[in-house]
Amino acid sequence: MNYNWNWGIFWQPSPEGTGTYLDMLLSGLQWTLATAAFAWVLALLLGSIVGVVRTLPSRWGGRLATAYVEFFRNIPLLVQLFLWFFVLPELLPRGAGLWLKQLPNAPFWTASVGLGFYMSARVAEQVRAGIGALPRGQAMAGRALGLTTAQVYVYVLLPMAYRIILPPLTSEFLNTIKNTSVALTIGLLELTGRARSMQEFSFQVFEAFTAATILYLLVNAVVVLGMRFLERRVAVPGYFAGK
Amino acid sequence: MLGGFDFDVIWRSLPYLFFEGMRFTVMLTALATAGGVVLGTLIALMRLSGLPLLPQIAALYANLMRSLPFVLVIFWFYFLIPYIGQWITGASRPIAVGAFASALITFTLFEAAYFSEIMRAGIQSIPRGQVAAGYALGLTYWQVMGYIVLPQAFRNMLPVLLTQTIILFQDTSLVYVISITDFLGAASKVAQRDGRLVEMYLFAALVYFVISFAASQVVKRLQSNTAIVAGH
Repeated sequence: MNYNWNWGIFWQPSPEGTGTYLDMLLSGLQWTLATAAFAWVLALLLGSIVGVVRTLPSRWGGRLATAYVEFFRNIPLLVQLFLWFFVLPELLPRGAGLWLKQLPNAPFWTASVGLGFYMSARVAEQVRAGIGALPRGQAMAGRALGLTTAQVYVYVLLPMAYRIILPPLTSEFLNTIKNTSVALTIGLLELTGRARSMQEFSFQVFEAFTAATILYLLVNAVVVLGMRFLERRVAVPGYFAGK
Repeated sequence: MLGGFDFDVIWRSLPYLFFEGMRFTVMLTALATAGGVVLGTLIALMRLSGLPLLPQIAALYANLMRSLPFVLVIFWFYFLIPYIGQWITGASRPIAVGAFASALITFTLFEAAYFSEIMRAGIQSIPRGQVAAGYALGLTYWQVMGYIVLPQAFRNMLPVLLTQTIILFQDTSLVYVISITDFLGAASKVAQRDGRLVEMYLFAALVYFVISFAASQVVKRLQSNTAIVAGH
């Protein structure tokens, strides 16, 4: 291969004048993590609500929640981000649309909200599956004790359901982090996008992408270890003894 | 709001959107699925073989691919493939690879990691006694796999394989990042040329939705038909 390797490139100043190429990648990592964190909180919140509604006996609630999940699952994330970024401001009343367009850090907010809704459909499916995996007697026992439906969910079903779905939620969280890279298309300065700009400025393609790859793998490892710790921490004695 | 919605721009660009864009998207989806399933099955077989080193290599490959964002992997291969081509053909400089070939190689290699996990689960779902019985009959490894294990594994995993294909279909939109004209790329080009972002992106979303939703309903049907235990 006649490729000029230059691993020292990371310590050279980037043409943006705000530090070295390494600083550029690290600031990208920060945006990646910030976007993923915000989107994940939103996804957990919305996903839990929609997932719970799908398990309620209400017919219209169930249909609405199903429609929600199908909508966000069957359109590619990239197209969804374009809808949030390019289409939504045009459909809103003029004032609101203008405000959205001029929002500082608009790509960040758009990516966070768009990704949050996208992931919430997946979280909803997991929450529904988790509640469905519980013995029916638990809800009945709760109701027999005189708890309201809301109380049954908050005190009986959800605490166990979340524990059951912790492993799939871990991979959904990892997916959220990975999916932030799609937002480079709407101008979010996240890690993959920054590696791409580094390649454009310096022509050191493989160094830039190697660094980004290592950073993603590190983040992955940290999340997996953290979630394993959390799983052990919240495990209920007597349950899932086989693991 | 929708008062100025221009249906005409969609109507006018339909041939371009479908004959150029959607053709690319469907071809890429079909070929990458075929290649990905074949390669993924080989990776799964490597991973389950008791041979030295092969299982570790297969696991490393599958886990590495699945831990990275697809967009980053697309960039990796986009720049790497010309160099690999040079290395294979012994050319004096990195060779130029067409957009379709580049995308196809990338998607096949990337999706193979996901298909390998599905096939691994499928192969493991076959009772070990069947493999032992095959060997007892004097069949070779490839005969046991080809006639006994893999046909059943495919059938058991068909709904999951198809669901992954729907995901792949949606993922093809990501070739946008290397400026390839797939369905979304075509819609985007018209949108920018005519200044009709609202119409084109809404239409693109609708088309993706209709195709993915219809396909997922078919898979659901299939699932309830092939399921051994009826759902509640």
